[in-house]
Amino acid sequence: MTTQAPRVRQTRPAPPNPIKVGVARASIELKQFFRERDAVVFTFSLPVVLLVLLAGIFSDPVEKTGVEASQIFAASMIAAGIMSATFVSLGTGIAQDRDDGTLKRLRGTPTPMTSYFIGKILMVLVVSFAEVVVLLAVGKGLFDLKLPTDVTSWLTFAWVFVLGVIACALLGIAISSVPRSAKSASAVIMLPFIGLQFISGVLTNPISALSSPLVEIGSVFPLKWMAQGFRSVFLPDSMTFQEVAGSWELGRMALILAAWCVGGLVLCLLTFRWKNGRQG
Amino acid sequence: MDNAGGMTETAVHVRGLVKRYGGTPVVNGLDLDIAHGEVFALLGPNGAGKTTTVEILEGYRDRDSGTVSVLGEDPGKAGRSWRSRIGIVAQTASDAAELTVREVVGHFATTYPRHRDPDAVIDGVGLGEHARKRVGRLSGGQRRRVDVALGIIGDPDLLFLDEPTTGFDPEARVQFWQLIRQLSMEGTTIVLTTHYLDEVEALANRVAVIARGQMKVVGDPATLGDRANAGAVVSWRENGRLMETETASPDQFVAELVRRNAGNVPGLSVQRPSLEDVYLQLIGEDTSTSAYRRESA
Repeated sequence: MTTQAPRVRQTRPAPPNPIKVGVARASIELKQFFRERDAVVFTFSLPVVLLVLLAGIFSDPVEKTGVEASQIFAASMIAAGIMSATFVSLGTGIAQDRDDGTLKRLRGTPTPMTSYFIGKILMVLVVSFAEVVVLLAVGKGLFDLKLPTDVTSWLTFAWVFVLGVIACALLGIAISSVPRSAKSASAVIMLPFIGLQFISGVLTNPISALSSPLVEIGSVFPLKWMAQGFRSVFLPDSMTFQEVAGSWELGRMALILAAWCVGGLVLCLLTFRWKNGRQG
Repeated sequence: MDNAGGMTETAVHVRGLVKRYGGTPVVNGLDLDIAHGEVFALLGPNGAGKTTTVEILEGYRDRDSGTVSVLGEDPGKAGRSWRSRIGIVAQTASDAAELTVREVVGHFATTYPRHRDPDAVIDGVGLGEHARKRVGRLSGGQRRRVDVALGIIGDPDLLFLDEPTTGFDPEARVQFWQLIRQLSMEGTTIVLTTHYLDEVEALANRVAVIARGQMKVVGDPATLGDRANAGAVVSWRENGRLMETETASPDQFVAELVRRNAGNVPGLSVQRPSLEDVYLQLIGEDTSTSAYRRESA
């Protein structure tokens, strides 16, 4: 029963740096994302289609402001675009990774889960950026969205973008554990996505016209604050009268989005599952 | 080999392994030793606890009790360094459909501290001409070879193969066996789970039969269940008729037969029980074999 003498093996070097592996994963994640045409169309088209329809239907200028309703929709829709590229694509994508054996394979290799998440976050940063570019192009081209020329506005844009991407990405990772399988994932994940757009001032304008219980619910989640942040960047300050608080509330916005980044991380750590509902 | 110091002597060392699902033991006091460099096959009907045992060895599942040491570490607690020393070819993966064979094998290569050459591995599993094809467009058997390539890309010391040749055509199976022999010659320890008994006979140094969560028997496939010494059926032709005799000592019987017929025994054959006979008898003792028969047919 004894066989060939086992090869004398040199000791192995330490496994590669998790960040390096995460960056390598981001590259294959992006390839997979952009090659899956259905997912690309789904992620990119929904916010664009909603914007074109809404801004096309409600194009009247807001009284005495010189701002058109379509410009307001175009600014707010950037937040929904980011949520689509992060929350929706991660929620469905990770549920699929759980079903198709991606996560099981990784657990059997030296790739640490940190690298898996680094790969996912880098991927959604790139996809979100592309989504924002598309929405800005549509907004500017069709609906006369005014791109700001001052540095302060672009700085605001940058931090709302980064905090929004991180918060929504973490919530997407967390919600990926809710559906029992990849098949039911998009249904489970579209419901909060569409629902929040109605109560966060993305599909409804102005947000102050909503009943206060709805606004209160919406104000709990990041989407409302992201939409408000992008309105502050792309609309003149004279438009603050349409906001719930009568101002852009940038300080509060930063706090709430940052809190979601921390809370989302905790939620992910508490709820993340490696297996789907059917695997033992 | 299986003393307290056995951790360094054996690639896999298991004592009293127990795993329950909802109170029912699936693995019930299993002992197992696999030496470095062995090709070790695990046989057993579906539901015998085979896959559960292997998944515990791979670190996918926790156990309820018992000691388990794989490459000197507890798989339930082992970290990345341990994972870079093992390779796993599990069942039913359908991931990475949008990546090409070269991309996915090349990616996983970079995640190991030491790896084989991706192109050589792709050639080795017979996917050389499909290297630029997307994994999702491969046939079932080709898809399986991607799994094998990913199992060996990290140059493992220990390789787990769970029904690796399901969906292979006969030629691909023989090619695959050649690859496994090559890995074994290079010193890789191989733990093979399969339903194909010819695969066990072709590859394994030792085979274990698991039924009802316990080890029924462990041994050389050629002598399993004492089949080398078991009774045999001797058949020959005499006066145009087929004669058949079951005997405990076929050598003596044949010698007598040859003497009686002055060295001319037409159609002489001696048949020992096949591995399949022994296996079916072993598991038939306590479980229905119908599921097995269907699958191996």
